[in-house]
Amino acid sequence: MDTTVESYMLLATAIFVIGSIGFLVRRNVLVQLMSIELMLNSVNLLLVGFNRLHTGNMAGQTFAFFIIAVAAAEVAVGLAIVLQFYRLRGGVNSDEATTLRH
Amino acid sequence: MTPGLVLFAVCSLLCLGGAVVTVASVNPIRGALGLLTTIVGIAGLFLRLNAEFLATMQILVYAGAVVILFVFVVMLLGPTASLPRDAGRRSLYARAISGGLGAGVAVLLFALLSSSKSHDFPIVGKDHGTVEAVGRQIFQEALVPFELATVLLIVAALGAIAVARANPSKTVKKPSENPTLRLFHGPLLARDAGHPLDGRTLEERHEGNSEQRAS
Repeated sequence: MDTTVESYMLLATAIFVIGSIGFLVRRNVLVQLMSIELMLNSVNLLLVGFNRLHTGNMAGQTFAFFIIAVAAAEVAVGLAIVLQFYRLRGGVNSDEATTLRH
Repeated sequence: MTPGLVLFAVCSLLCLGGAVVTVASVNPIRGALGLLTTIVGIAGLFLRLNAEFLATMQILVYAGAVVILFVFVVMLLGPTASLPRDAGRRSLYARAISGGLGAGVAVLLFALLSSSKSHDFPIVGKDHGTVEAVGRQIFQEALVPFELATVLLIVAALGAIAVARANPSKTVKKPSENPTLRLFHGPLLARDAGHPLDGRTLEERHEGNSEQRAS
């Protein structure tokens, strides 16, 4: 079971769906950012799992490495935006981000 | 029951449990700890997949930087970082989308399990996933994206500083015109200065006194 790529595909899909449901259902901006992290991690797991099928070729792990770098940058900017949003609205409810609505 | 299977089972349970805790917890601190559990589980799965370099990077970057950043922000926001549980509900649209995603996962799971052919991993090569192999790949075939990633990280750090910085024109207070008040900016509350509590600041009291003198 742990030597087939299908089990890793199932696990990565489950984590991705949990993350996307959390992003859609929760309204706390911080929890939504954490859900985005869950989705990025599941894609990393899938890339590394497929890379294991082609031993000797490191393209999948290189992709995962760049995804980790981009995720770190995204979290830094995202948390800065959360701080400014908190200063603007006094809360972390993402339903209150309606400045661009009108 | 091989050791690899035990590692896979334990790390899978860590990942799924941590993900559910991350999404379902009301307190964001618990959510951050669930995210940490998921990240550690995925690092274990990377080890099972012979990706030692990526397992190290996962622990270093995610557990060492991202989760700590989340915890810092949650502690900075304090009790307002968590919303009350009954602060309104999601629209039917969002619930339908998330339910459709769950149904899609069930369909995919069924399709995968019913497919007879499964792809076993081949015998692992000698240097699959080591620092040398990944580094060779990065610096031979992906050198330009690597340098672009460094630029991206610098720009993101500068952007985070620029966005998160407080507005200086609001925080810096203009000094008073009165030289006496500029010199003695000690107790500004009337209570601290021993004056009766009339609800006025020191500058207002000063202006009031000068008006009284003028009249």
